[in-house]
Amino acid sequence: MKKYVCSVCGYVYDPEKGIPEEGIAPGTAFEDLPDSFVCPVCGVGKEDFEPEA
Amino acid sequence: MKPVKITDNIYWVGAVDWNLRNFHGYLTQRGSTYNAYLVIDDKITLIDTVKEGFTGEMLERIAGVIDPSKIDYIISNHSEMDHSGSLPEMLMRAPGAEIIASANGEKNLKEHFKWDCKVRAVKAGDTLNTGKYTFTFVPEPMVHWPDSMVTYLEAEKILFSNDAFGQHLATSERFDDEYSPDIIMEEARKYYANIVLPYSPQVQKALNDLSGLKIETIATSHGIIWRRNISRIIEAYKQWSSNEVQKKALIVYDTMWHSTEKMAETIAAAFSEQGYNYRILSLQQNHISDIMTELLEAEYICVGSPTLNNNMLPTVAAFLTYMRGLAPKGRKAMAFGSYGWGGQSVKQVHEILESCGYQMLESAGIKFRPDDEALKKIRESLIKAI
Repeated sequence: MKKYVCSVCGYVYDPEKGIPEEGIAPGTAFEDLPDSFVCPVCGVGKEDFEPEA
Repeated sequence: MKPVKITDNIYWVGAVDWNLRNFHGYLTQRGSTYNAYLVIDDKITLIDTVKEGFTGEMLERIAGVIDPSKIDYIISNHSEMDHSGSLPEMLMRAPGAEIIASANGEKNLKEHFKWDCKVRAVKAGDTLNTGKYTFTFVPEPMVHWPDSMVTYLEAEKILFSNDAFGQHLATSERFDDEYSPDIIMEEARKYYANIVLPYSPQVQKALNDLSGLKIETIATSHGIIWRRNISRIIEAYKQWSSNEVQKKALIVYDTMWHSTEKMAETIAAAFSEQGYNYRILSLQQNHISDIMTELLEAEYICVGSPTLNNNMLPTVAAFLTYMRGLAPKGRKAMAFGSYGWGGQSVKQVHEILESCGYQMLESAGIKFRPDDEALKKIRESLIKAI
């Protein structure tokens, strides 16, 4: 599973870890995040994330 | 207006905003400053600028050292208008100057000013040599915007920290050894609670990035420059960014006919009984930005609203919106309020506090005026729950 980077603030979503405090279980692929997902740091949506280079 | 010398080659050339009282909703009772710094070397560097409207004051200070047209570089650590507002005029005054910013800063400046001019984008560890000085750039995204950056000048052990470690404080004194340390810390604390708090994890990363640097001066973009109490402000940032709480409860409320107020007093009494420090904060008398400062290390946040037209009072909604954005973590919370019929406000307040991820105590809603029996019940059940 690929990590995704927020193009606005640089936050990295790591699917291995998920974001348990936001209710996203470890092992959740970026593609499987709900459309309502927002960057936990700066608040932008999934469309502003890019696969990690 | 004169420049203020920091070292032989470095000057404060900013501006003092004595009359500022409202910084987009943050009550700035002591005004503020917009700090810009001029560094004289073979090449001349200006670090940040000031808010539009204060450009003349900055130019007068720069002219006290050199002809402003001789500036070679302008480092823009942060593109927000209180630091970038003078950039368009500075580019006219110093047409040869090159702007240097983080990659996000470059994007922001171009989008904001609708510019097609050249901005040199730098990344972590990039340097700028101006003769005998070498500046090192350290982008610190989300402390407190995506573009935020700090600049370090090793030869003088100065960190140009931009908004980090700043305070809204208008003074003629420029250094922390010239002014009341307690007032500086109080304003730094208010600044953290109202600007920096949501980005506490990024602050911890930034503190880690900076921990290897020898720093003798922290030249902030607002307020006083730190040179005596550097360890005090760094320790405070470590503590504030940890979301560590103390045995302290805030009881924040508004009231229509004193019933919710009576409940607030009863809730405070229960915390007092359990050995907690507490603050009873009416939203009619306290500004939400002052309440945030009190909330910085409070373990409990109890919010009370009567029901008005099936809703919480607008003052309470404003506070909750502001607090939710600033996102203090790991707190315990409670909703309360009196009502005449529907009583929707208590549930609404409860839901918002719960959405912040707080551990919730049982809500307390009372129809019409709370009598002694009802208040006693709230007090006793709360004492058990705390």
